[in-house]
Amino acid sequence: MAIIELRALSKSYRVYQKAEGLRASIRGLFRREYREVQAVRGIDLDVEQGEFVAFLGPNGAGKTTTLKLLSGVINPTAGEALVMGFVPWKRENAYRRRFALVMGQKNQLWWDLPAQESFRLHQQIYRIEPAAYQATLDELTALLDVGTLLRQPVRELSLGERMKMELIAALLHSPDVLFLDEPTIGLDVVAQHNIQQFLKFYQQRRRITILLTSHYMKDVGALCQRVVVIAQGQIRYDGSLSGIIDSFSGHKIVTLLLDQQQASNGFERFGQVLEVQPPKVKLRIERSAVPRTLAAILDQHAIVDVAVEDPPLEEVIARLFSQVDERYQQRAAP
Amino acid sequence: MDSRTLAWWTIFRIGLEERLVYRGDFALATLMRFLPIITQIFLWWAVFDSVGGVQSQAKIVGYRFENVVAYYLLTMVSRAFSSVPGLASGIARQIRSGEIKKFLIQPVDMIGFLMLSRIAHKTAYYTVATIPFAIVFYLCRGYFVDGWPEPSTLAAFGLSLILGFLLGFFLETTIGLIGFWFLEISSLLFVYMLLSYFLSGHMFPLDMLPAPWNLLVDVMPLKYLAYFPSAVFLGKVTGPDLVRELSICAAWVVFFVILSRVMYHRGVKRYSGYGG
Repeated sequence: MAIIELRALSKSYRVYQKAEGLRASIRGLFRREYREVQAVRGIDLDVEQGEFVAFLGPNGAGKTTTLKLLSGVINPTAGEALVMGFVPWKRENAYRRRFALVMGQKNQLWWDLPAQESFRLHQQIYRIEPAAYQATLDELTALLDVGTLLRQPVRELSLGERMKMELIAALLHSPDVLFLDEPTIGLDVVAQHNIQQFLKFYQQRRRITILLTSHYMKDVGALCQRVVVIAQGQIRYDGSLSGIIDSFSGHKIVTLLLDQQQASNGFERFGQVLEVQPPKVKLRIERSAVPRTLAAILDQHAIVDVAVEDPPLEEVIARLFSQVDERYQQRAAP
Repeated sequence: MDSRTLAWWTIFRIGLEERLVYRGDFALATLMRFLPIITQIFLWWAVFDSVGGVQSQAKIVGYRFENVVAYYLLTMVSRAFSSVPGLASGIARQIRSGEIKKFLIQPVDMIGFLMLSRIAHKTAYYTVATIPFAIVFYLCRGYFVDGWPEPSTLAAFGLSLILGFLLGFFLETTIGLIGFWFLEISSLLFVYMLLSYFLSGHMFPLDMLPAPWNLLVDVMPLKYLAYFPSAVFLGKVTGPDLVRELSICAAWVVFFVILSRVMYHRGVKRYSGYGG
């Protein structure tokens, strides 16, 4: 049985619409226009125990809303969800003791006190046995290398250090399910890497189930075997990361290294020229036409070397996201 | 200690520690409480001067100058219990910024948590403020013309202070929770503060009010925040009246406990988890 089950899960918000200017503000005092935004539109999803799943999608796609629904912060408009057999929005303590949510942009620690005070509070509210608490805390602080920072007020920690403390606070009660909402947002490359390495190690060791949203392809590539692409509140893709390219890119990138005597113009007829840096020419060619076109190029030009590659993942995903249309965002009557 | 008690104790302890982080602010806030009362006493000094001077036996609506000073000193004590600065605005801010999520995700009750933090803040405050309060009361002992009250009156006074704290806490919590429906509540809060200043007895003794205003304050809960404990101490409310008033105050506390619970429950349901 899946540890997380979503069935036709939907959430819509009513958002106040205000035109620019003072006049519109005054009109808004008497008559308000609302727009119904369907953040999540009938999502079906099963996640097995021990999976590390990434939610990818443009801003406003419904990723965070889905995590909020699963952690019981908000109630859905329609549909069902079960996490470890619990309905999240019932907010039962038995459920709340078994999952954690970490939001990269939100702080759950006490700002003015050292992190260890917040940890102690978590020990009490999650009812963690003292021995287990100490063992987990020692393990986590060692893995994240923050042992010396425990006694420093949280407000005096760097963003990266604070994120590590947030992760420790979230993992102290050894949750079976962890929701991570952009855990590496705003971090430098080194800090991102550290957090990634930690998450990877921890997930493999404990076999916990993790749902992650992130904008960084590196996070996703490093961590998740399974990727769920959400756009306009619906699942557009569910599979491996590399599978996205097969499903959504009909092109290959062909790089030609020309012979010294060969002119670098006249390649437009074979495909879209992306870059000309003699003696190098880069072309985008339709996947099905690659063998035929390559044969023609080799036949007509003096070529030293050829490389055929998939387009960069970022590019494929950016294209996928840009196909966003507004069809489904209905205007509701005021 | 069982695990629940231990959790509450930890919240209390951390609240206490948090309060002591900003030492300067804490010390200033503690001492500044004495400032408004001095201006009020000077104001009444001037008023009594115009009817024959503070030394005379002149009375204004039943109050001699000494009675007025004693009243204000006691009001200061009542307010030290019943005021919960920043509670309502803090709750509304947490709703708007999304910080409130933490209470939805973690197995801890928000209202209980806030209450323990406030008790911790109050404890820190009383610990430090007891000495200046004692000095002020000692210096002003001459104003308590009827002497120190009976132990039973003192017990009723203590009870009225505790009820005052509970009422102040749950009343402000209820106002803060309105933030679930109207994200911005600062104007509403301003109106409440203004009403509370007049109708709680903070500004002047409420029994100075003529009819029908005295009836108005009588049916409102605000008088239990400042006027009522002082009146108990001064022996203005005794016998069956005292029992009746204490019961009404307790009933108001229960009313706001239930109202805040219902509002929290409904508010969370319609909450849309603002801010990422």
